[in-house]
Amino acid sequence: MGNKIVVGISDLKVAKDPDTIISYALGSCVGICLYDKVNKVAGLSHILLPYSDASKEISNPMKFADTAIEILVRQMVQAGGKQTFLTAKIAGGANMFGWEGETVGDKNVTSVCNELKRLRIPLLASDVGLNYGRTVSIDATDGSVTIKALTKDSKVI
Amino acid sequence: MANYDNFNEFQLDVFREIGNIGSGNAATALSYILKDKVNITVPVLEVIGVNEISNILGGPENQVVGILLSMTGQINGMLLFLLEKETTHMLLNILLNEDMQKFEDISEIGLSALMEIGNILSGSYIGALSSLLNLEIRLTIPKISVDMVGAILNYPAAIFGEMGEKLMLIEENFFTDESSIKSHLLIMPELESLEVILKSLGAI
Repeated sequence: MGNKIVVGISDLKVAKDPDTIISYALGSCVGICLYDKVNKVAGLSHILLPYSDASKEISNPMKFADTAIEILVRQMVQAGGKQTFLTAKIAGGANMFGWEGETVGDKNVTSVCNELKRLRIPLLASDVGLNYGRTVSIDATDGSVTIKALTKDSKVI
Repeated sequence: MANYDNFNEFQLDVFREIGNIGSGNAATALSYILKDKVNITVPVLEVIGVNEISNILGGPENQVVGILLSMTGQINGMLLFLLEKETTHMLLNILLNEDMQKFEDISEIGLSALMEIGNILSGSYIGALSSLLNLEIRLTIPKISVDMVGAILNYPAAIFGEMGEKLMLIEENFFTDESSIKSHLLIMPELESLEVILKSLGAI
């Protein structure tokens, strides 16, 4: 067992085998887990909002899907990963209060998917939407992503 | 423009006073509902980051009840009540005689009762705000979520995250002879409305 590295809201972290990165209690936020299985480098970004250009307050680029993922990729490359080897798994984007129409969670997921496409990172699996909170973690030994919710069994994607 | 991230002491005092009056009203309302005498301590008001609010409420994964209401009219924004397990348990026991063992066991009636509590407490604060400002403020029907506090807080964080990092939290303690009710309330006027409030109270 390696170390457990915690990622707060609007933050991101990189880890290498055998460490794990975890982000607690994602609601409408999305956790983006990237992995390079050749070099065993993992990264997790916890974004709050979809688009930086819609915001008045952009001092922290790790807050937004369209600016955070690129930073994560850069840090993973610095840590010995290769951009062409990266794959993605995502979780979160829930609608906690059951609003109708397109919610901030939906917009976050859309923006994350567009950004992954732009960076040519294939999306292998996702667990998004619905109305409950999720804790997400990625294990740098094998890139497995575990999702826990209070009223559901935990699952691995 | 006024922003939660750069409140000065005087502006904080304005909201402390609104909190004091609101809590007084809320204690009166609660004493009707609980059919018991309700005392209060002076509420604590803080402007803090979302991660810190999670920590005050037992860490991001701690399960709480979140009751969300929107303010409309001359002031726009939202209110979010966060009730911890013990308080929820106690309220349901008194109101409905429900013996709640787990949060998942709250009945539909229990959820309605909690939303009504949220409604009444919100009315207490909004009443204070509205009469101080002499402005019309309406409240929407409450929405409820029973889940991890961190996940619930994502919603106000996302709505207000486009303007800053911090939110305004009021912690209050109500006491009856037998029990104490702890409530955490986030009061979140939109920035334009925040400006209106502070201006009309002479704090800008």
